Amino acid sequence: MAPLLDISDLRTEIRLRQGVVHAVDGVTLQVEPGETVGIVGESGCGKTMTALSIMNLLPGGGSIVGGSIKLDGQELSTLSEEAMRHIRGNEIGMIFQDPLTSLNPTMTIGKQISEVVSLHRDVSKEQAMDRAAEVLDLVGIPRVRERIKEYPHQFSGGMRQRVMIAMALACEPKLLIADEPTTALDVTIQKQILELIDGLRLRLGMSVILVTHDLGVIAGRADRVAVMYAGKIAELTDTETLYARPRHPYTEALFQALPDKAAEAGERLYSIPGLPPDLVNPPKGCRFAARCRYVTDRCRDEEPMLTGEVPGHEYRCFFPVGPSERRQNGRVVDYNETVLEAALPGPGIGAELLKVDHLVKDYPVTRGAVLQRKVGSLSAVADVNFSIRSGETFGLVGESGCGKSTIGKLVVGLEKPTSGVIDFEGRDLAKSSGKEYRRERRNIQLMFQDSYASLDPRMRAGTLLREPLVIQGIGTKQEQLARVGEMLDKVGLPRSAADRYPHEFSGGQRQRLGFARALMLNPQLIVADEPVSALDVSIQAQVLNMMKELQRDLGLTYLFISHDLGVVRYLSEKIGVMYLGKLVEIGPAEEVYLRPAHPYTRGLLDSAPVADPVAERAKVNEGVTGELPSAIHPPSGCRFRTRCPKAQAICADVEPPMAPFAGKDHFAACHFPLEIPVGAPVSDDARSVPLQ
Amino acid sequence: MAMTPHPEIAADFGSSGTLLAPPDVAGGPQAGEKPRSMFKRGWEVFAENRLALVGLGFVIFVLLFSFVGPMIYKTQQVSVTLADAYCTPSAQHLLGCDNLGYDVVGRLMQGGQSSLEVGLAAAFISCLFGSIYGAVSGFAGGLVDAFMMRIVDAVLSIPFIFVLIILAVLFHPSRLAFIGFIAATYWPQPARLVRGETLSLRTREYVAAVKVAGGRSSRAVLRHIMPNAIGTIIVQATFAVADAIIILSSLGFLGFGVQLPQTDWGSMLSQGLSFLTLGYWWLIYPAGIIIILTVVAFNFIGDALRDAFETRLQRR
Repeated sequence: MAPLLDISDLRTEIRLRQGVVHAVDGVTLQVEPGETVGIVGESGCGKTMTALSIMNLLPGGGSIVGGSIKLDGQELSTLSEEAMRHIRGNEIGMIFQDPLTSLNPTMTIGKQISEVVSLHRDVSKEQAMDRAAEVLDLVGIPRVRERIKEYPHQFSGGMRQRVMIAMALACEPKLLIADEPTTALDVTIQKQILELIDGLRLRLGMSVILVTHDLGVIAGRADRVAVMYAGKIAELTDTETLYARPRHPYTEALFQALPDKAAEAGERLYSIPGLPPDLVNPPKGCRFAARCRYVTDRCRDEEPMLTGEVPGHEYRCFFPVGPSERRQNGRVVDYNETVLEAALPGPGIGAELLKVDHLVKDYPVTRGAVLQRKVGSLSAVADVNFSIRSGETFGLVGESGCGKSTIGKLVVGLEKPTSGVIDFEGRDLAKSSGKEYRRERRNIQLMFQDSYASLDPRMRAGTLLREPLVIQGIGTKQEQLARVGEMLDKVGLPRSAADRYPHEFSGGQRQRLGFARALMLNPQLIVADEPVSALDVSIQAQVLNMMKELQRDLGLTYLFISHDLGVVRYLSEKIGVMYLGKLVEIGPAEEVYLRPAHPYTRGLLDSAPVADPVAERAKVNEGVTGELPSAIHPPSGCRFRTRCPKAQAICADVEPPMAPFAGKDHFAACHFPLEIPVGAPVSDDARSVPLQ
Repeated sequence: MAMTPHPEIAADFGSSGTLLAPPDVAGGPQAGEKPRSMFKRGWEVFAENRLALVGLGFVIFVLLFSFVGPMIYKTQQVSVTLADAYCTPSAQHLLGCDNLGYDVVGRLMQGGQSSLEVGLAAAFISCLFGSIYGAVSGFAGGLVDAFMMRIVDAVLSIPFIFVLIILAVLFHPSRLAFIGFIAATYWPQPARLVRGETLSLRTREYVAAVKVAGGRSSRAVLRHIMPNAIGTIIVQATFAVADAIIILSSLGFLGFGVQLPQTDWGSMLSQGLSFLTLGYWWLIYPAGIIIILTVVAFNFIGDALRDAFETRLQRR
């Protein structure tokens, strides 16, 4: 059968001030009818540009300079704008990462979808609106007839992405291009959306190109995967083969940088050294050569072609990885070399450092501009208890809006709790104020998520690092400068970095800088709020390794906040799972992962994509259904009951207390837990111990 | 100017893992390269804008023309010389004379002094006061902010050209008075702008970072909010100069400019217009053109400054 989409030797360039960026450099890719092809790679590798080239929607200065894109035999790259308009939305549908900016806020969603329909089909207004209702129903929007008259802001993030999908599907395209469709969404919603796209593909018989940076997302959804690096396809094969036997060193390195697998063995992560090459002046030879651990002189001089020994598995490497070939080339590389100091000694865990007791934070909801009146309150954190011992990493996970960041802010003192105690070494931080409060800051520091926003763009790195010392009045200027140099060494930045401004650093380097600033005051506790969520996998691995090493060297304690279960598991000894302001489960990392007691924890684990096609496809549980309820009117009783598969009448009336489970310090708050609670009277009621 | 890591170094890291010297260092600052100051980088972006350079050149020219020019091109600008009235351009009077026998080039210099002095001073005063007002309002927030902004709304709701005319009629103002009048009506604009900027800056994470380190809010305002708002203020000040020159010219044009024997460009243009039908072009075009060019030049500079202060546009 002829491929639906046939891209051959596509070259796309973007002209910028500094020169011409060769964003896509000779990409050849076929998409068969009904097939899902994944394009995966780190940011800046050209995956989005490939997708935009197909649609001919390149940004300013961008143009296709070579190659061809054929859809059903029709050449797209030379098509006039007029003719291309007929293809877009009709033959090819596209969904973008951010559904809020892709929808017009001043138009009802029904109008927006029917507009697409009337553009491509000769139908009346009513017929177009009927079609809009039909596709909205198809993507699972409840009460379509009412909601069709609503505006985008009245929909949640997940629902908006469904609307985007409905819009892309309104004219039954043959090909759907999904560019990072779930990156802005929570894992539970991500799973729902990916399942929806998959289901619709089967029902409508269309092909899908799934562009993502997440190897886990690709694993369960794509038939074939193209790994892109520096504007070229590095490896192209079917999903099972890629995940089981990657041949390109880059693909192999990407897998090894994932924290999910390393967590089980307690290994340090393999981090790909360096950064992707500059695409204005791409290096000659293999583009990955500068970061490859198996590099030879040949790789630097000569560019490998995209070939393979077996049909259907192509890669761009002279010395593909895989044990047998490695030995043939006489370049036996001991994988364990990078993992030698893997068995990092567990940091010495000491006495209790931080104890959070009955912590509550409500935000008033007000209305009116000048004379504000309180109309309600948003319950961000509701009665949370946990403690962290020194030298330990406590991971806090949950969906966005569950209150985990608020806890971080309360602990570092950016917000004052409504009630409750934050006990730090016997002193209540919630009560300290003024001078005492400012002195206390030395002991607890914050590592921000967005290192770009948290570093003043008008200050040099050296001044930024010195500032905490200046504020606290520690040391003379010479001593402060010496400490700045010392700290730059610790986080692995050159001393010359002190004279640089934040925007001159790469994302990973800025995060190191942010970490260095947090360490300047020699704090005992560091609150890290999503410190790696904005970074690519390989850079993420570098930062996580650094955090682990410095914890060991300096005896740091971390409160690590993240939505990424893999990352939290890799770093944490103890984990707390939050849902809508409540801590629903807490316990040792392995216990919580392997034997979750709360249905929400189970759902989160099932929703998180795993970079293993076999495991991903074998998943039977549907994860967490529905969406997070409003924190202004949280559900009565157990807050999770509205989305819980096990919910019964008692859950709405009685709030479940924390109950102990097997394993040390493992607690969960559920009436119908998945594990048998310790000391639960067996005769109590059969339903409280459901067989699972 | 992203650098690709040196192959050997990178390969070395590849086999030894990444312990203390993470290799992504190679992608950022290079040890050999000398860091440039913020000002120099800003200038580079500014200089890239040709129009701004032309504008800057023109402003410097007008300043020299108005303040240094009279020392070289000496003319009589105090008493009326009716014998020379309406004389055509000649070697003696390069752009002819006006209805009172003043040399037009000399008049332009005289008028330039008034226009530029009033323009620059009024812009400086209104932006200084307006910025402080706006910063205080934005940082204080809440009721204070609401109250201070209502005052701004009230001032803005007064038809200022009307008020200026009344004041000009009542007082026969000097240059100093004009500076005061214009500044008094113009300050709400920078005040609003800076307030908006402060509102967004005070929620930035780097301001939170100061709090986390135990710093006071005075430190946050002086060391972090002000330096980041300075770009906005300077850009606004540049536009304010242009606006003030226009306001003064409008007043002059309406016949309420500075008093004879002083003059300003607007008054010159207004007088020239009375002789439109007589073909005395030198009484109209020079004054009209110099107003337009000066205002446009300041606007070009303002545009380029906006880019120059945008850190992300500065070359890496």
